[in-house]
Amino acid sequence: MLNQGLTEISRALTRGDYTSAELTAAYLERIEQHNSGLNAYITITGEQALSQANAADALRASGNAGPFTGVPLAHKDIFCTTGIRTSCGSRMLDNFIAPYNATVVEKFNQAGAVMLGKTNMDEFAMGSSNETSWYGPVRNPWNRELVPGGSSGGSAAAVAAHLCPAATATDTGGSIRQPASFCGLTGIKPTYGRVSRWGMIAFASSLDQAGVLTRSAEDAALMMNVMSGFDPKDSTSVELPVPDYLADIDKPLQGLRIGLPSQHFAEGLGKDVELQIRAALAEFEKMGATLKEISLDNSHLSVSAYYVIAPAEASANLSRYDGVRYGYRCNNPVDLEDLYKRSRAEGFGAEVKRRIMVGTYALSAGYYDAYYKKAQQIRRLIKEDFMRAFAEVDVIMGPTSPHTAFALGSKTKDPVKMYLEDIYTIAVNLAGLPGMSIPAGMVDGLPVGLQIVGRDFDETRLLNIAHRFQQATDWHTRTPGV
Amino acid sequence: MAWETVIGLEVHVQLATASKLFSGSSTRFGAEPNTQANIFDLALPGTLPVLNGEALRMAVRFGLAIGAEIGRTSVFDRKNYFYPDLPKGYQTSQLEFPVVGKGSLVIALEDGSTRTIGITRAHMEEDAGKSLHEEFTKETGIDLNRAGTPLLEIVSEPELRTAKEAVAYLKKLHSLILYLGISDGNMAQGSMRCDANVSVRQVGDTEFGTRTEIKNINSFRFVEKAITIEAQRQIEILEDGGRIIQETRLYDSDKNETRSMRSKEVANDYRYFREPDLLPVVIDEAFIEEIRASLPELPDVKALRFQSDYSLSEYDATVLAADRDTADFFEAVAKDCEDAKLSANWVMGDLQAALNKLEISITASTVSSAALAGLIKRIKDNTISSKIAKTVFEAMLNGEGTADEIIAAKGLKQVTDTGAIEKIIDSVLANSQAQVEQYRSGQEKVFGYFVGQVMKESRGKANPAQVNEILKRKLGN
Repeated sequence: MLNQGLTEISRALTRGDYTSAELTAAYLERIEQHNSGLNAYITITGEQALSQANAADALRASGNAGPFTGVPLAHKDIFCTTGIRTSCGSRMLDNFIAPYNATVVEKFNQAGAVMLGKTNMDEFAMGSSNETSWYGPVRNPWNRELVPGGSSGGSAAAVAAHLCPAATATDTGGSIRQPASFCGLTGIKPTYGRVSRWGMIAFASSLDQAGVLTRSAEDAALMMNVMSGFDPKDSTSVELPVPDYLADIDKPLQGLRIGLPSQHFAEGLGKDVELQIRAALAEFEKMGATLKEISLDNSHLSVSAYYVIAPAEASANLSRYDGVRYGYRCNNPVDLEDLYKRSRAEGFGAEVKRRIMVGTYALSAGYYDAYYKKAQQIRRLIKEDFMRAFAEVDVIMGPTSPHTAFALGSKTKDPVKMYLEDIYTIAVNLAGLPGMSIPAGMVDGLPVGLQIVGRDFDETRLLNIAHRFQQATDWHTRTPGV
Repeated sequence: MAWETVIGLEVHVQLATASKLFSGSSTRFGAEPNTQANIFDLALPGTLPVLNGEALRMAVRFGLAIGAEIGRTSVFDRKNYFYPDLPKGYQTSQLEFPVVGKGSLVIALEDGSTRTIGITRAHMEEDAGKSLHEEFTKETGIDLNRAGTPLLEIVSEPELRTAKEAVAYLKKLHSLILYLGISDGNMAQGSMRCDANVSVRQVGDTEFGTRTEIKNINSFRFVEKAITIEAQRQIEILEDGGRIIQETRLYDSDKNETRSMRSKEVANDYRYFREPDLLPVVIDEAFIEEIRASLPELPDVKALRFQSDYSLSEYDATVLAADRDTADFFEAVAKDCEDAKLSANWVMGDLQAALNKLEISITASTVSSAALAGLIKRIKDNTISSKIAKTVFEAMLNGEGTADEIIAAKGLKQVTDTGAIEKIIDSVLANSQAQVEQYRSGQEKVFGYFVGQVMKESRGKANPAQVNEILKRKLGN
């Protein structure tokens, strides 16, 4: 039963193949066995999970079960959970226990889901390899010498290693899609505003968006049905009705127009990865889709613009961690300035401090126009590139990452090299568009991810496309066999 | 050398909303520390702001009242700085696109003239909490009850030229915000705080001098004193050949001086940028028109109407109209007794003096508008004299009843019977032969003595006009 995805689990629970308590206990046992080697979870909530499972079983017995009743999953440790530590992968919040649930967590609780634990992540979601976590790096279940991708590396490793059937995650510049690609999973970053950010610890508010990592598009749709929707507590969430993402998931792809940005098939893309992506695209042609080369003229500026805007917002978002009210506080501060300086110097890791400094610099008097303002202008141009493209095509496809998972430690010394990890994914966040990554091939025994980008709020179509592909191929069923 | 002072004021007005600008916490003043700070006010991670619609409506009310352009799309920005009473590490404010644009305010000066003072802008922002230093040793207490309270920052053009003008502007602003019901205007509790930008230049200069900013002045009186003393300080420096340093200063009311704040506190780079957690606030015509329709008659318009409807002097009309409750009270009295001039005199005079002495507002007056009108009616129909009316008014304040009841109970009805008055006068003159001689030999001052005696004999009830007339007649012969 641990090999089943959400959809199968939901059906099995309905049929009575096993109870939620049995399933939950099995997952907790597997986590017990394998988590230490992967470091996918920061916090395991066994006791609470079993009591949620028992409650779910009782609810099912009384005939009031929904599709999610008793279904176990894990939450990225960026989502606040009442009474359970939410660390955001940082020493700064190692002692932080929120008295509230994130809206995403609340919605899954309301749906009857069982939380197995909180997954590891890059510190404050800043990283592309899950190596910046205060709790240590996460290892890729396909090869433990490799990174799982980041920042949602813990969620990705946990799902890939079957330490949970699915997990929530967040994506600010590629933090769902790149780990999905590296771990052979289905990941979706919805349109900005589709899912509430309330209770989700902010990195870069205008870019952050919650999504999921699952074993199939169908599972992702099931989760999207639960977590999407307007939240009066998040002013940036959008007041649009939420469709049933499963309703159109089987629609044929005949006539689908797929755009291929020339910039994503240019120098820098690994040849073997490109071959796999081309093969996947041919699969879509077989299903009746047409391919068209397009240009995203300003895509070469996206990483630069992102690394001004995201750190700028982060520099302000992380100002609240000052050692005054909660979180890490240095020992014996002599005065206010000492309290600030040492609490922040000791509480934050190197990458977080680097970004706070970059962001502070970009917003400073005399530099604002050259950096922040310019970056915002580029952001608008990037959005316009996409709008132009979507006048001609329905979706845009390409590789999620230029290569497969890389070795632990191989890029930690060179931040710019690490930042270039998100070269194909970052523009999607700048434009606020929905994006997915699905398994689309293997290179040297490692998964390759195909990125699918859609129009604003066109998640239905993305999930439909991903699902049809998964009906025709079996890449998403490959597992690392931990 | 003749110097001219140039003043611009930045006034922070606490909006009278029930909850905070971006959270549901109460804004009530004086609660136990940190009992009105929720998870957003404490800046716990993952919490987000939601704009208080009532604060926006109040800001727009103000904008319409000063004839300003309303920002159809106003934008919130983050103003970054570290301080323990600023939980998020940034203040959410409005920089480039404020909710209220250019407007103006007419102020009345002591010489009876008026001036129109430009208002550059007004924007919404959240207040910080309070750092408490006194109660702790080697530690600082933080009270976040005030953190997030909605403020409207109103910025004037540098068009004020004297400390008195600055006070007149502030008082007008104060009157307006009370009229609009957007703030309690309580300066002692910090609901209205003033920063003054002050510079001096020689009369005739077109360039401004270097300015200093005096922070957080919390009373009308201190605003006048602080500006006066700061302008004097600057003039002395310049006359000694010195230079003014642009800086922030604090006014010390005990020593009546301004002092430089440490430059460290001033040299902040606030790194403003757009608040990504809030969407731009888009205001449409219908929203504005709905608010416009709900505006009360404002002081300037009311004062004009008082002049035309009640034939009041500009001064009386302006004073009465400055406070909405006073104006309403006056109108009720005037309509009831049908004598606007007497009503104005009583409301601005004896009633106001009594209220000041009791330290209560006109809405809490023990003498109602109907009761005061009842008193004035008895003056008008000569039942009592104005002098006796004061005695009756005192009794009314003490809750002894209506004017009629008191007049009857105390037998204060005026004597208007000519025969009766003549009798008293004859008796007074008969008993004052020496004074009659003096008067007849040209010392007309003695006339007052006779009036006094007659009033004394009549226990104040003789009609003064009749007394005068009869006395003159009898002494003349």
